[in-house]
Amino acid sequence: MHIAIIGNGISGITAARFIRKLSDHRITVISAETDHFFSRTALMYIYMGHMRFEDTKPYEDWFWAKNRIDLLRAYVERIDPDQKQLELRDRAPLPYDKLIIACGSTPNKFGWPGQDLDGVHGMYSFQDLEAMERHSPGLQRAVIVGGGLIGIEMAEMFHSRHIPVTFLVREPSYWNGVLPAEESQMVNRHIRENHIDLRLATELREIVDDGQGKAGAGIPGLGVRFLCGFGGRPAGVRPNISFLEGSGIETQRGILVDEHLRTSVPDIYAIGDCAQARAPRPGRRPIEAIWYTGRMMGETVAYNICDRAQSYDPGIWFNSAKFFEIEYQVYGNVQARPPENHASIYWEHSDGRRSIRIIYDRETLTILGFNLMGVRYRHEVCEKWLRDQAHVEEVLQNLSLANFDPEFYSEYEAKVIASYNQQTGKQLRLRQKRRLDSVLRFLRGATTIS
Amino acid sequence: METIKNIGLGSFVIALFTFILSLTFSQHVLTPELIGERVNSYRQEVLLEQAAPMLGKTYTSNLAFIQDLQPVLEATRQAIEKKAGIDPENGVWNAVYLPEGASEWEYRMGDGDIKGYLFSLTKYSATGLLPGNTWLFFALSMVLAVLGGLMYLLPDLQLIPGIKNNGIYLSHATRGVTLQLRLIFLGAAAIASVLVGVYKALLPAILTILAAAFIIFRIFQTNRQKNIKGQHSRTVTATKGLGLIGLAMGIFLIGFYVLLYFFPQYITNWTLMLDPISESLSGNPASQWFLYGFLYTVVMLVMGIRMLIKYRHNRYQLVRTSSVIFFQTAFAFLIPEFLVKLNQPYMDLKNAWPLDYDFYYDYNINSMVGQGQEFAIAGWATSVGTIMFIWGVVLTLMVVPLFTYFYGKRWYCSWVCGCGGLAETLGDPYRQLSDKSLKAWKAERYIIHGVLVFAIVMPGMVLYTYWTGSSQILSFDSYRVRSWYGFFIGSMFSGIVGTGFYPIMGSRVWCRFGCPLAGLMGIVQRFQSRFRITTNGGQCISCGNCSTYCEMGIDVRAYAQRGQDIVRASCVGCGICSAVCPRGVLRLENGTADIAQRTTEVRALHITPEGGIKLVG
Ligand SMILES: Cc1cc2nc3c(=O)[nH]c(=O)nc-3n(C[C@H](O)[C@H](O)[C@H](O)COP(=O)(O)OP(=O)(O)OC[C@H]3O[C@@H](n4cnc5c(N)ncnc54)[C@H](O)[C@@H]3O)c2cc1C
Ligand code: SF4
Ligand code: SF4
Repeated sequence: MHIAIIGNGISGITAARFIRKLSDHRITVISAETDHFFSRTALMYIYMGHMRFEDTKPYEDWFWAKNRIDLLRAYVERIDPDQKQLELRDRAPLPYDKLIIACGSTPNKFGWPGQDLDGVHGMYSFQDLEAMERHSPGLQRAVIVGGGLIGIEMAEMFHSRHIPVTFLVREPSYWNGVLPAEESQMVNRHIRENHIDLRLATELREIVDDGQGKAGAGIPGLGVRFLCGFGGRPAGVRPNISFLEGSGIETQRGILVDEHLRTSVPDIYAIGDCAQARAPRPGRRPIEAIWYTGRMMGETVAYNICDRAQSYDPGIWFNSAKFFEIEYQVYGNVQARPPENHASIYWEHSDGRRSIRIIYDRETLTILGFNLMGVRYRHEVCEKWLRDQAHVEEVLQNLSLANFDPEFYSEYEAKVIASYNQQTGKQLRLRQKRRLDSVLRFLRGATTIS
Repeated sequence: METIKNIGLGSFVIALFTFILSLTFSQHVLTPELIGERVNSYRQEVLLEQAAPMLGKTYTSNLAFIQDLQPVLEATRQAIEKKAGIDPENGVWNAVYLPEGASEWEYRMGDGDIKGYLFSLTKYSATGLLPGNTWLFFALSMVLAVLGGLMYLLPDLQLIPGIKNNGIYLSHATRGVTLQLRLIFLGAAAIASVLVGVYKALLPAILTILAAAFIIFRIFQTNRQKNIKGQHSRTVTATKGLGLIGLAMGIFLIGFYVLLYFFPQYITNWTLMLDPISESLSGNPASQWFLYGFLYTVVMLVMGIRMLIKYRHNRYQLVRTSSVIFFQTAFAFLIPEFLVKLNQPYMDLKNAWPLDYDFYYDYNINSMVGQGQEFAIAGWATSVGTIMFIWGVVLTLMVVPLFTYFYGKRWYCSWVCGCGGLAETLGDPYRQLSDKSLKAWKAERYIIHGVLVFAIVMPGMVLYTYWTGSSQILSFDSYRVRSWYGFFIGSMFSGIVGTGFYPIMGSRVWCRFGCPLAGLMGIVQRFQSRFRITTNGGQCISCGNCSTYCEMGIDVRAYAQRGQDIVRASCVGCGICSAVCPRGVLRLENGTADIAQRTTEVRALHITPEGGIKLVG
């Protein structure tokens, strides 16, 4: 059987690897972007000089031949489900028995006048990175539009090259659709202390041509020459599905898939950024354009293709990011505008770059979520509490088990408890020390409350 | 802030040039008085005879002086041999005649004596600009370099704390060189070792070259194939252009080591500048080894301050870096000097065999056992030297394995060791240049364990000779083997390649490929230790920062992205992978629980073999 995979990103590659683990099928991975799989999340580090492109490739180049995964650098123009073949640009069509579409996302455009001028770029692909590189020499100022995760990454990128940045955010506070107010304000402050010209509640109206087809003075008072990037609003990217038109595969915002990641057409599956779940699990969104869901879908689809039916279950929500120097981790249900029943314990360090927030249900007192800024927590421990719907006081008294900061770091769990005690008038104290053996005992299921 | 940094950098460069040029700022005159001071009385007469044409002549450079002095010393040796009645052709190997009161080796001269005289006569024959103004030049070179360095580094305190790796691969100083250049350097080092070693170790020299050529050929071949296809390889190739500044730095370091190990007579002016410091510490004038120890410590201090500033948000790095600086300054540098001042045997108390490869050499044992201050413990009469020797044995046999069991080899490699300390301070800007390929890992395992076997066999032979008095073992001469080791491993590998190659092959070349002690602790760490790096569930985004900044060339990401705990023989526990990870995925820990299960590769991220879906764990 020949399995074709469109896209060599994390989802397509994970699918290929697991199909190889589970079977002897012939596998072809097609991509127009790069010869080999690289980590898209690391694009910024190439620009910033932390790594070379080679370093972002998780597998060495010999890996693919050794595992009999054929790589094809080509652009798929059309899928022909009737003939079961792919029409490729400048190449003969490629027949398949089963097809996995893992074609990722594409940056959103919002119909701004001037958005197609030279020097206006999103940041998604390797080619976008090359364009940023090309435009950087002599750049007097970069303007970034859209306050999501990719937007702040772009700000950090230009900043690393000492290019002044103006950062336009439509909302009154950075990423306040996702981050609770205090955390969102912390990031605002941090962006500004990095000397980024952050303009909150500011919308872009027009990008003005400088007379030579290049982006020029777009917004009054922002200097003459600038590169304009757009990316990372809450809807900063969208599924890259325009080439599917007319193929008969049912799409909405993304490619609609069932719980086994099957599309509406037999033998065609869709995974990763481009897939839209018809019936997402509770607490999950239909389209989740993040790294680990791509990896999980890749693994799941491999089982389904190899006749071991598995339904896709990404488990409890988690994610992470980094805002300049501030690391961010979230586990469970943390909302920017919490519903009535969400109660929150919040502690913030005096340096204003670290905080811990714990969300629990006001009535049942079960734990709902963890939001960490500048502090690392252990995924498995938080997840077990969330899955077990642990009592918030049990969590608090054992909170050290979750601490994942490096050795010798100050631990702030006692402060979190103090803040809870203050809110409730209780006298809780930490019962556990941060020790790996205790953590693993806890994970194996031994109860922690005596 | 920029201005201060630039002034600092400028001062450093001026100081560096002054330092290099100061080697030429002297004139040399050999006088009978000098010979009277520096050469023992039995040999003086012969030397004065042989040196007659040189006496009183003013040489304008040390090069010319050494060029004349060397044959004079050689001729002196031969003249003495003749006088002593040595006649190998007729089977007379031992002295027949000796001056009144002289033992044979006080009269006859060995290679060591010639080297020693070459050094001391050159050093003390110096007059002129530098010898007359040692303090001035000390200030203009070393002090200015330190001040310039600090001026360059301290303003970084104003930056917001956090990972500061911007521009590393965009800078000529730190981006590394192309694979081809790297190979040329390795080849050159091999050839140089043949040239230098030719007169005493021809066979192993050729073997090394052949082995190196074979490895180079293999790496080169596969890489060229890849380049032809227009693909990138994952080994160290620079993005664009040469890392010229790094290259220059590498050449400087290599040159320094070659002079230090093999031609110290050319750097006597540097030791002149340090005589006052050395005399105040140990009472002796500065040898080239004092110079080395002093520079080593100062460089570690300044670059250690850099490290402390760079990682001031990370307390593990602060504690660890302070620890290596302390052990270098106190244990490797000051305490041994004080011991000498107090007339006790010289010993770096933290230097464990087999890194300290001459620990079991006869002369070392003799210099300790029964030496130094005598005293009694509970009625047992002993001496400081004997206790030191016992400590050395205990260090290797008990302390090393025990601590490695509890904390992994990091307790030594990145908390205590001098080689590791230099790698973590001076070497930090180059840590990313270590080769992460699977091939490099394979080569590493062969080479380091090869050295380990060599390092264990050799003292075995030496001890055999010590006890039996016979130096012939299975057609190997134990003294010959010992000098091979000293030359190839002790000097070439740990010094020239180990440090000189920082800007070319990364900061831990020696620790990764060569150090027998690391090899030994690695075995303990891999099979019987509580140390491991745990990974944080599904948070890894496979970005590769951890692998890139792992100085030991461990592909950390390969483990992290499958949620697998990391137990690797080579990990020195520097903690940098954990520090640079932007997603908080890695943590260094001690603990044995579930270690076997959590380090297996099939720890699926998502779907378990039994068919159930599980998120890690
Ligand atoms: C700058 C940036 C930073 C990010 N950081 C994070 C992060 O920190 N954490 C996180 O969880 N997520 C992050 N993401 C999101 C994450 O990278 C994506 O969710 C993930 O890469 C999606 O993987 P994928 O395999 O679904 O698609 P992609 O990685 O987009 O791969 C799709 C591939 O298919 C190719 N392709 C598409 N159509 C065709 C066609 N017709 N013919 C041939 N080839 C085609 C594309 O060129 C592309 O190479 C980031 C994204 C960006 C852009
Ligand atoms: S462990 Fe951290 S640094 Fe390493 S690849 Fe994963 S996210 Fe990147
Ligand atoms: S794996 Fe991490 S701790 Fe170990 S040597 Fe590499 S960077 Fe240092």
